[in-house]
Amino acid sequence: MTRDEQQDELDCREALHRIYHFLDGELTADRRVEIEAHLNGCSPCLSMFGFEAELRKVVACRCQEVAPTELRDRIAQAINHEHDQAAT
Amino acid sequence: MADQARFAEDTEQFMNSLYSAALRMTRNRADAEDLVQETYLKAYRAYGSFKAGTNLKAWLYRILTNTFINQYRAKRRHPDETDLEEIEDFYLFRRLGGLEAAAAGRSAEDEVLESFTDEDVKQAIESLPENFRITVLLSDVEGFSYKEIAEITDVPIGTVMSRLHRGRRALQKALHEFGEQHGLVGAKSG
Repeated sequence: MTRDEQQDELDCREALHRIYHFLDGELTADRRVEIEAHLNGCSPCLSMFGFEAELRKVVACRCQEVAPTELRDRIAQAINHEHDQAAT
Repeated sequence: MADQARFAEDTEQFMNSLYSAALRMTRNRADAEDLVQETYLKAYRAYGSFKAGTNLKAWLYRILTNTFINQYRAKRRHPDETDLEEIEDFYLFRRLGGLEAAAAGRSAEDEVLESFTDEDVKQAIESLPENFRITVLLSDVEGFSYKEIAEITDVPIGTVMSRLHRGRRALQKALHEFGEQHGLVGAKSG
């Protein structure tokens, strides 16, 4: 293995290690630039990154619920009641 | 200091997401509704001590999480202290054919992702042990930062990161099992 190949391998490991921190928005601007540069030049890492990013979107949008109207009414009543009690 | 008279108006926008989180936490509608109502009442009473202009959503989630942990967890005889087995990184991607499929120009992974139903994803999240479930929910669904999650769940940031790391891998494994059940994913060895 040449010196360059060793360097590349290290970059892939490092990039994959940081994919989640990247997706979580927890990297400094400098680190983001480094990872972006690596992903742009490395299609295996980019595939994995793309998959994880897509999965994150799927998870977030597949479990949104709407609070039932009846619950909203119950909460509004409970707060009004609390307010009236505090006023007396 | 926040104005109690504005409470309903200020907090109304968070009700759907608090209710979604409550459903994933309690895993049933009746308890989720009670949990959200209790959260709003507690928040209303404490609203005078909320510092206006700071993170209202995180403040409400902290009350929700604490109420859930103190009330609903205490009701159960066996608290959910389950730990997670070790699962490899990128579990789902690797099981779906991963780089070989990507190199062959197939987008099998994306098709599988698209085919997961709302119920699959909800059940996969609900299958996680409680501490991991709450942490993954706060990050992947609600988009809170590590620091915010540490404050909401009252643990160090290192614990948040380790719960996310392991919880997400378990989530991928659970999703993979749903995929197998639906025949979307071949029961591939290795």
